[in-house]
Amino acid sequence: MLIFPTIFILVTTVFVLMRSTGDPITASQGGRLPADQLAERIHLAGYDRPVFTQYLEYLGGIFRGDFGTTLSDNRPVTEVLTTYGTATLELAFYALLVAFLVGVPLGRRAAYFRDKAPDAILRVFAILCYATPVFFAGLLLKLVFSRWLGWLPVAGRASTGTEIRMQRLNKPSGIYLIDAIQTGEGAAIVDVLQHAVLPAAALGLLTAGIFLRLVRTNVIGTLGSGYIEAARSRGVPESRLLRKHAYRPALIPIITVMGMQIALLLSGAVLTETTFEWKGLGFQLAEYLQARDFVAVQGLVAVLAVIVAVSNFIVDVLAALIDPRVRY
Amino acid sequence: MADADALAPTRRASWWRRLPVVHQLGQSVGLQRGMLVAGLVISAVFVLTALLAPVLAPFGYGQLRGPDGPFGAQRPPSAEHLLGTTVGGYDVLSRVIWGSRTALMVIVVAVALSIVVGVLLGLVSGYFGGWLDRILVVVSDALYAFPSLLLAIVMAIVISRGQSDLVGGIFAAAISITVIFIPQYFRVVRAETVRIKAEAFVESARVIGAGNVRIMSRHVLRNATRTLPLILTLNASEAILTLAGLGFLGFGIEPTEAAEWGYDLNKALSDVTSGIWWTSVFPGLAIVLAVLGLTLVGESLNDLADPRLRTRRAVVDGSEGVAPVPVVPGGVIDDGLDGLDGLEPTERVAR
Repeated sequence: MLIFPTIFILVTTVFVLMRSTGDPITASQGGRLPADQLAERIHLAGYDRPVFTQYLEYLGGIFRGDFGTTLSDNRPVTEVLTTYGTATLELAFYALLVAFLVGVPLGRRAAYFRDKAPDAILRVFAILCYATPVFFAGLLLKLVFSRWLGWLPVAGRASTGTEIRMQRLNKPSGIYLIDAIQTGEGAAIVDVLQHAVLPAAALGLLTAGIFLRLVRTNVIGTLGSGYIEAARSRGVPESRLLRKHAYRPALIPIITVMGMQIALLLSGAVLTETTFEWKGLGFQLAEYLQARDFVAVQGLVAVLAVIVAVSNFIVDVLAALIDPRVRY
Repeated sequence: MADADALAPTRRASWWRRLPVVHQLGQSVGLQRGMLVAGLVISAVFVLTALLAPVLAPFGYGQLRGPDGPFGAQRPPSAEHLLGTTVGGYDVLSRVIWGSRTALMVIVVAVALSIVVGVLLGLVSGYFGGWLDRILVVVSDALYAFPSLLLAIVMAIVISRGQSDLVGGIFAAAISITVIFIPQYFRVVRAETVRIKAEAFVESARVIGAGNVRIMSRHVLRNATRTLPLILTLNASEAILTLAGLGFLGFGIEPTEAAEWGYDLNKALSDVTSGIWWTSVFPGLAIVLAVLGLTLVGESLNDLADPRLRTRRAVVDGSEGVAPVPVVPGGVIDDGLDGLDGLEPTERVAR
């Protein structure tokens, strides 16, 4: 039950770091505003009070679900979260899907062909997936599939026409695929999916490499274990051993690692969304960074940290439920 | 240990054969050796490029005009500019080459800082235990779960407020990365220290009256550092990626101060839509190659340290000199490469 201290430490770290060199208004406006105006704005925002009071207020706010209000466009951070969170969620879902579909079967193949040519190729592929920054992968995909082949759109989550149509829905969910299905038009669904392919591939391949390695290592590990040996001695064919006996237990650690991937996925989402102008949390964070709105950055980073901590916790609980060997 | 040493334990291999990477090179066979060698070669090329950048690069990283006047922006590759020019009018090839120098500097500073701080904290925390240990473990676990790029962004804001010169930029990037790495070194060294502390030779040292400092530095530290080369290579590759990520988000070093691949990719973002490929492809490839080289070395070290993954030379030679050394105490790194989370909390999963 380390989740509460973890959240506490994370939000405290964000606060301490962000405030260690002064208040956010001086940081963003310093040099651009005359000193008296600056002082007035600092006073209005309450940044001239003792830091500890502000810290307690900040903690109290988070406890009530209030992560502050952005400086540049004066919106509560939670509103930013609900407006753009769905886009990031959608992207993360697609990316995980790609990672699973690519990583798990390939990892199994690599384990099967251990130390032979296919294994070598797949392992280099896995390392390449990791070694390629998501934004570079995104740029390459854009260059090839949008610019040269012209198959897929360059950026965004949907074309303008589709977006307008979806906004007319009386209850848009913010998840474009669901909204597109709600409009009931095939063209809208295709449009939304076309926009999702490249970002999902860029972010998904990063994670796919990790899944590939993980499945490979674990399948090799289970293939060497006693019960496999026993099954082999009973004459179970090698392919069935891999498919039925060694493969499934090897998937369990993936669930634990998925929890850790959420952090990586969010970091990756910031970069992927910037590359593809996918208007999600990461894109918004980058915008606030450009605008030097450090209150918004602090709020968003704290929100994301809490999300990561909570999802890690959920994954740990799931892992314990699925795998009886895990005990806390 | 090489197999010969196992049979004749009195004869030790020459000192250079026992150096971290050289030792593993001798231990490896076949495909694993190929990967290790490839990684070492790519890494060596990367380091050499960084060191020899002034000789190799045709122009300076911030140079906008040659003897025949300005370079011009977004020129395609030509005889004069082998890889073309960027939107800002810089020579792409020169910036790619100079970029390796920036990356190397950040790696060196980041790894050095995080090793010193992480090892020191891990050693003290593991050796003395108590409430300090508990707090440090909880804090490091919490930071470990933090999305590393976000932490780096926060640190970059703290250190440089977003805009920086060469030294400031390198230190901002390096310290941002250091904060991510410290928990990793801390965890590994602490776990090793806790294990070694219970060993008989530490007990003996205490019996003959050695002080805490001497035991820590002489007996524990030396035995706790054997896994560091692996983490070091993996962290070095991660440092490059984090630096590039920061640069891509606009926390890069100004182009007049140094060349930085992530910054160049950020500037190349809009070029791609108009079909200008040379401004993004080459800096990107430079990142991929540098990370690839370091990762190949790291992954090979990881496999060689893991008895389940190590390829045996032959069945006859199978006798191991020493018990296989798990990379992470209490287990092995199952997924050393998952980017942010180089080290799995393997102790949580009973194997």
